[in-house]
Amino acid sequence: MAVILIAIAALTGGMFISGHTTPRLGIDLAGGTSFTLEAKNQPGKPNAINTDNMNTAVGIIERRVNGLGVTESEVQTQGDKHIIVNIPKGTNAKQARQQVGTTAQLYFRPVTTTTSGQKTPDQPSSTPSPSASASGKGQDKGDDKGGKPSGTPSASSSASSSSSASPSTQGRALSKGLRADEKPSGSPSPSKTPKPDPSKSPSGSSGQEELAKQFAKLDCTTKSGRAAAAEKAANAKPTDPVLACSEKGDSKFVLGPSEVEGTDVDDASAVFESQNGAGWIVQLDFNGKGSKKFAKTTGELTTKQSPQNRFAIVLDGEVVSDPEVTQGAITGGRATISGGFTQQSSEDLANVLSYGALPLSFDIADETTVSAALGGEQLDAGMIAGAIGLALVVIYLVVYYRGLALVAMASLGVSAVLTYTIMVLLGPGIGFALNLPAVCGAIVAIGITADSFIVYFERIRDEIREGRSLRPAVERGWPRARRTILVSDFVSFLAAAVLYIVTVGKVQGFAFTLGLTTLLDVAVVFLFTKPLMTILARRPFFGNGHSWSGLDPKRLGATPPLRRRRSAAPGPADTKEA
Amino acid sequence: MSRLGTLGARLYRGEVGYDFVGKRKIWYGISILITITAIVGLAVRGLNMGIEFSGGAVFTTPNTKVSSADVRQTAEEAADGHTVVVQELGRGGMRIQISELGTKEALPVQEELAKELGVETSKIDTQLVGPSWGEQIASKAWQGLAIFMVLVVIYLAIAFEWRMALAALIALIHDLTITVGVYALVGFEVTPGTVIGLLTILGYSLYDTVVVFDGLKEASKDITKQTRFTYSEIANRSLNSTLVRSINTTVVALLPVGALLFIGGGLLGAGMLNDISLALFVGLAAGAYSSIFIATPLVADLKERDPRMKSLAKRVKAKRAAAAKAEAADSASEEDDTPALEDAAAAPAGVVGQRRQPSRNRGRGRPSGKRR
Repeated sequence: MAVILIAIAALTGGMFISGHTTPRLGIDLAGGTSFTLEAKNQPGKPNAINTDNMNTAVGIIERRVNGLGVTESEVQTQGDKHIIVNIPKGTNAKQARQQVGTTAQLYFRPVTTTTSGQKTPDQPSSTPSPSASASGKGQDKGDDKGGKPSGTPSASSSASSSSSASPSTQGRALSKGLRADEKPSGSPSPSKTPKPDPSKSPSGSSGQEELAKQFAKLDCTTKSGRAAAAEKAANAKPTDPVLACSEKGDSKFVLGPSEVEGTDVDDASAVFESQNGAGWIVQLDFNGKGSKKFAKTTGELTTKQSPQNRFAIVLDGEVVSDPEVTQGAITGGRATISGGFTQQSSEDLANVLSYGALPLSFDIADETTVSAALGGEQLDAGMIAGAIGLALVVIYLVVYYRGLALVAMASLGVSAVLTYTIMVLLGPGIGFALNLPAVCGAIVAIGITADSFIVYFERIRDEIREGRSLRPAVERGWPRARRTILVSDFVSFLAAAVLYIVTVGKVQGFAFTLGLTTLLDVAVVFLFTKPLMTILARRPFFGNGHSWSGLDPKRLGATPPLRRRRSAAPGPADTKEA
Repeated sequence: MSRLGTLGARLYRGEVGYDFVGKRKIWYGISILITITAIVGLAVRGLNMGIEFSGGAVFTTPNTKVSSADVRQTAEEAADGHTVVVQELGRGGMRIQISELGTKEALPVQEELAKELGVETSKIDTQLVGPSWGEQIASKAWQGLAIFMVLVVIYLAIAFEWRMALAALIALIHDLTITVGVYALVGFEVTPGTVIGLLTILGYSLYDTVVVFDGLKEASKDITKQTRFTYSEIANRSLNSTLVRSINTTVVALLPVGALLFIGGGLLGAGMLNDISLALFVGLAAGAYSSIFIATPLVADLKERDPRMKSLAKRVKAKRAAAAKAEAADSASEEDDTPALEDAAAAPAGVVGQRRQPSRNRGRGRPSGKRR
């Protein structure tokens, strides 16, 4: 008993010292947004979903979310293929969703065919497509320097985008750059459109004929069509050719296998390109491997005819940009993506690219946004339900057990205080957050805890019915009651533990509370209820079986206190049932 | 209380009691009937799976003056082609469910709704669920259920014996079937909350069963050393003496759940609290029933097949026949064989307490007049 009181004092003290006096509330009680991301199996990478990759993904998502300026966000794995992202209220859920959900799977794929976005490739699209340019930095260091004096910025070697109003840099001698669409912004038809023919006759292989058919059907002008295409492209193996739409839906592509991947990107940053009017662009720096691959690819592409001298920058299945490679291999390891970015979108993309592509692609399996008002309401409802439940239990116990109910109430109180303080301390400790299922679990646990007292009380009463006085009854009843309590609590705990380990999401929170309260139940019964009973048994009120003590032998219908009545009446002298 | 207390005492001493084990066939019959009804209900009506399992969106709006019909129209237009269910909540808000709405398509709908209601988008609570999420929860739950069942059977087989483990498992499956059947028949919506509730029944249903079994184990400890009662009789006696406890634990467990159900259903209209407590309520009731009427009689049935118990039953029968012949039937003849037992501490537990059983069960046996 002293142990439990010390424990309470320590926990309460700890609670105040740690400065947290209320449990951390989950999103559904405090308000906020919660995403559950589910890792998808990717073709060609059967074992991609593993602990390492999941942890990497968590790290990346965390940085991305924090990059939004969110404080107190929470990113953690759950089970083997889920990641939970909790963002407190007051954050822009929409933006968060985009950042969180974006895989940032970036591929550089050579363009096989391209036409405008409609089903029938006759009508050229009128919107200018975004485009990108890449520049050779390393090898062209001198070129860059040479470029600067000529009035072009450091991006001198990079081509301007289609939206650029500036004159084309096409002819730049110093830069072995690759050109993006060099059309002036006024141009109604991007350069991709005039080449519908190759789409009908893709280069050779029979598998590509099928692709060509699908390609003809592909409609990039509708949102749903684009989404479907993007999803398909994103899920395709990097080594397979894919169909893809441009981000704005004005053109569609047949793309070859990926040549360079997003993981080859070392760093990305958003830059405002004022000199040639490109506006916000994203600059990419490749790592060593990426630079080599990129050089090789651009080297091959440059020898081909348009449009096959282009490559597409594919982000999550959508073509962000499709620059042309006109002047040989780019060996420097730097590329830029430009076209139609706002500050926000370029920063987002750079953020996503530099914090890395997720090693896995994820679906948003569940997204819950709870306003603070509803959260508070649910918390209140939970509290009211808990209070009513507790009151009902107490009333029942008082009616049935009278004086003993005081013991039960004290024990329930101790249990409640322990549960509360532990939950509070677990908040900063292991990131435990009280959510609605957990509240529910705690309320249900009132029953479990009270059940243990009932088992013990009934046991004591049985002993009294056999004619024992209270003090021996309390002691003799205990070992049996203890065993029953241990066995049944073990079963409860087993259920909670299995659920906690196996399940995901809300079920887990519930299982945690249930497991915790079951353990506390054992602790309270052993260290508090039992000693309390021993002490109270010495009091005349209980010891003499006052009619309000709940232990009145007469009311319990005890047999006359004859210790050994073997022959007189076959009294249940040593009856022991648990 | 006094009456209850005395009843408890009389149950404890076996003065009154219900012959659960003897009448087990009736209860088996009832249970089989309920189970079949549940299974048929499940097969015919199926479960009304919530949005979490089919995928879709749930929007919860704050208190609003716009009529639900208008809201439905807005939602239907915005969601174009998806089924919309609008439900008014107790506190004045609305719950709008749109099934099979993709996570990406949901955003414009939310914006439309916000416009219609004249509130900020952030005031509308959303829950968007991908179609696979509910399945995830469910399949994980099944997995957990299977693992738990295996573990608990192993544990009970060690702590008690395999027959009890088997009986407990059957009782557990029985409870789950009934609960699922009620859901199928009544058509309550199945949500992750329901799954949570269902899984909690696991621990609870077994809690009761374990309490009863523990008593039974105690009572039947030295059963082969006596010849007065068969296992079934002892089981029945033990069941009756723990009846008060079983009822109390069940009532106490049901009270908070009932409070949750009342508050969850009455105050919030719908949601997690309601779902969990509803499943729990049904399951707990079924659990209490099964631990008394199904689990223990099953153990008795299984036990009676044990050769040792068979021979015990034979001996008991022979002894009773002999006792019946000895009309005089003074108490001595019966008490003779017990002293040794009573000395063996915990031994005769249910045995000596079993007074009334024979006359109730078989209509013969010792005259009970001498008792009291």
